[in-house]
Amino acid sequence: MKAILALEDGTLFEGQSLGATGRTNGEVVFNTGMTGYQEILTDPSYAGQIVTLTYPLIGNYGINPDDFESRRVQVEGFVVREAAEIASNWRSKQTLDSFLKERGIIGIQGIDTRALTRALRVRGVMMGAISTEDTPESLLEHIRNAPGYGSKDLARQVTAEQSYRWRVGDTKPVSADSVSEVKPRYRIALLDFGVKYNILRSLANLGCETTVYPCTVTAEEVLRANPNGIFLSPGPGDPEQYGYMVDTVRQLVGKKPIMGVCMGNQILGYAFGSKTFKLKFGHRGSNHPVKDLNTGRVYITSQNHGYAVDPDRLKDGMEVAHINLNDGTVEGLRHKELPIFSIQYHPEASPGPSDSAYFFHQYINMLDRHYGRS
Amino acid sequence: MPKDPSIKKVLLIGSGPIIIGQAAEFDYAGAQACRSLREEGIEVVLINSNPATIMTDVEMADRVYIEPLSVEFVERIVAKERPDGIVATLGGQTGLNLATQVAEAGILERYNTRLLGTPLRAIRQAEDREEFRTLMREIGEPVPESWIITDESQLGDAIASGIWPLIVRPAYTLGGTGGGIARNVDELLTITRSGLALSMRHQVMIERYLSGWKEVEYEVMRDANDTAITVCNMENFDPMGVHTGDSIVIAPSQTLSDKEYQMLRTASLKIIRSLGIEGGCNVQLSLDPHSFAYYVIEVNPRVSRSSALASKATGYPIARVSAKIAIGLHLDEIENAVTRKTLACFEPALDYCVLKIPRWPFDKFVGADRRITTQMKATGEVMAIDRAFEPALMKAIRSLEVGIYGLANKTGHTLSDMELEEAIRVPHDERLWSITEGFRRGMMVEEINALSNVDPWFLRKLEGLVNLETRLKVNAPAFKQMSKALESEEEEAQEPLEERFGSAVRLLREAKRMGFADRTIAEFAGIPEGKLRKLRKHLGIVPVYKMVDTCAAEFEALTPYYYSCYDTEDE
Repeated sequence: MKAILALEDGTLFEGQSLGATGRTNGEVVFNTGMTGYQEILTDPSYAGQIVTLTYPLIGNYGINPDDFESRRVQVEGFVVREAAEIASNWRSKQTLDSFLKERGIIGIQGIDTRALTRALRVRGVMMGAISTEDTPESLLEHIRNAPGYGSKDLARQVTAEQSYRWRVGDTKPVSADSVSEVKPRYRIALLDFGVKYNILRSLANLGCETTVYPCTVTAEEVLRANPNGIFLSPGPGDPEQYGYMVDTVRQLVGKKPIMGVCMGNQILGYAFGSKTFKLKFGHRGSNHPVKDLNTGRVYITSQNHGYAVDPDRLKDGMEVAHINLNDGTVEGLRHKELPIFSIQYHPEASPGPSDSAYFFHQYINMLDRHYGRS
Repeated sequence: MPKDPSIKKVLLIGSGPIIIGQAAEFDYAGAQACRSLREEGIEVVLINSNPATIMTDVEMADRVYIEPLSVEFVERIVAKERPDGIVATLGGQTGLNLATQVAEAGILERYNTRLLGTPLRAIRQAEDREEFRTLMREIGEPVPESWIITDESQLGDAIASGIWPLIVRPAYTLGGTGGGIARNVDELLTITRSGLALSMRHQVMIERYLSGWKEVEYEVMRDANDTAITVCNMENFDPMGVHTGDSIVIAPSQTLSDKEYQMLRTASLKIIRSLGIEGGCNVQLSLDPHSFAYYVIEVNPRVSRSSALASKATGYPIARVSAKIAIGLHLDEIENAVTRKTLACFEPALDYCVLKIPRWPFDKFVGADRRITTQMKATGEVMAIDRAFEPALMKAIRSLEVGIYGLANKTGHTLSDMELEEAIRVPHDERLWSITEGFRRGMMVEEINALSNVDPWFLRKLEGLVNLETRLKVNAPAFKQMSKALESEEEEAQEPLEERFGSAVRLLREAKRMGFADRTIAEFAGIPEGKLRKLRKHLGIVPVYKMVDTCAAEFEALTPYYYSCYDTEDE
């Protein structure tokens, strides 16, 4: 079946339908990672977006039950040049196409994804729509009437409906009152702006029991449970929208050690006086070089963000700790005195390199120091 | 750290004569290194015994010595030129072995010079099988069960283990010379004897042969600041048992999930760090197609044959960057020569598929054993780039210049079914076409996978191509009519061909997108090639050109390195 993809500026691509049929709209972005489509599809930070992968052959290793980063497919739409007819991998249970159909996700294949990427690089990310039932004119009309990406509270759309828990040894979420069989090394309160499961798995692997709170949680409620540390998760949307989260985080600063990732980094930026600005085409992929300003070492990182913290407005002891080597933007913050740090990219990988997994250890070390353990 | 100011003059060791496993790719590496070093204001002295190389052109280095690659001559040159350092990791195994011998002869101390880049200890640890295995055990990276043998009388333990088949690998040889797979005691004795005779150290390793496992390679780089990156990974079409130099290779890997890709990437980086390599390094791994189990097979602590392929496949100049690392520069201080906007410290993102097919000299050595094993026989290779696997494969086949233009070789159809099954099971130079012949005779992906252990994903692609071939043949009448109509149309305007022959036009478009040559399509359609081409151009089915930019279009690139494809946008 035919499908079309239209961009806000009138650019049109004709291809074939992938996954479900119908019409969908979102901010069109590209990711340059060559593997990890299942993790990308289920990453809540892609809510509100139509994701195109620059690698042309997608779906080769199918879909398996273990590589989900959340319960749902989170992207609004999916764009590939060629979706594999057969899935070949020992863990695969399903082809990409049948999976997308089953989950009702609308996609398009057979278009020149490099041409699309070049358009987004030159003109910046923009709204777009995929349809199997529209004319180009009606689809453009649909895009014009759709709400812009930055106007939605996407975090509230993807956050946990109610608190839940991820204990040591767990492979999936359990209810918030489940008791750990082994005494956890630390109990972490995670503010869920759109968390990926691999963050929870990584914390569990280091002996932490994590309680996940909806993004609307109050500071009092978090503190009442008396966690050892706070974790601010990644998430979708324009951080400018999230004043309520910034307020919550401000009240937590100084009370408990805090680690933030991605949206967590941006919210901390706001909490320390800064703002964010939108990047022209974002950083999405598995190959972004980041420099640790302290050691001079460079790490290849997994990234997915469309906004960057303004380094010049930071105050009250917060400083830039990491920068992106490609464009010099802020990739990490560190507080000069308080036990608080955050990074803009993804230490949990999934997909992408796990070179930055050491941040989880760093968090544990910070908690050890804070609580006088060694 | 900026480049080491104490280095003003270096001696670069070339790779000598062209031999199997060490061909023009090392000239390419050496020439790139000469330019790269001189760019930094370094005086380059070059030694190579092979004058038929670009690197020995008078303008490449400051001083060129065309002399035998021996310890004696290197010593004389060092005595005369007094270089501040020697770069040995760009001249293949020959350069590396020579540097090892030079160091062992005490020449470095005598003339107050040193090896630049990868230290001697790292070379030894990577090359000596036993030291390497000890190191892998220390860092917790799995290596297959094996036994180091310096005399055939030591084979007792290996035989007693009951593990068959076993693979024999001699130490310090290139292209796997003298190695092989032994399925019984007799074969083990024969291969071990030949391996011992050929090894510089009179040492061979005997290890478990991972039959049917995937073979995957990573090209990694590391600088003196311990920053390490992956340039590229590659997956072999042929499973374990075929030397990488003799395997069809695809970049990037196609059948590895992100978890598998990252697991092997992490292992490769851990290995390059543990060895302390400063420059490029090639890590070969073997992955179980049915679990996360993997083994580290081998490490080349230098720019290798695969590095040349990885460089061309990604646009990332491994030799150029390795040379700069050797004189002390860090990855984040070296410019990405392709984009000129980003740095060498990143991992290339491909938005195309690269395919390499080895070129064997069996057309010249008619009586030779055409079976492919762990000892490299190919004397060359071709590489093709396209947006998908199929057209890259079809382009590569044509580039081989072996008189084959598509999916059929000259002898495939003459084999009996039994002979064909054997030709699919046992690797040989034309196995690719034995597989397509199998599909032509109605064999299924599962059957061919059971015989060859080639991954079903690749097989499905080949099956699709054979099906397309059949559809082209079935549509021959439509192609003939179109070609005829085109000729008469020149006199009287008619309804456009697209409307009258819609499905045949779509089929032609698909065939070109899948990489079929005009010549092959014309053959199936039963019309002359010239007429088919004329028809194709009339229908506006023409290639576009896309750039190899190292970054999948994320950044603007300036280096004009293009490939053709039947996609939409022309750059």
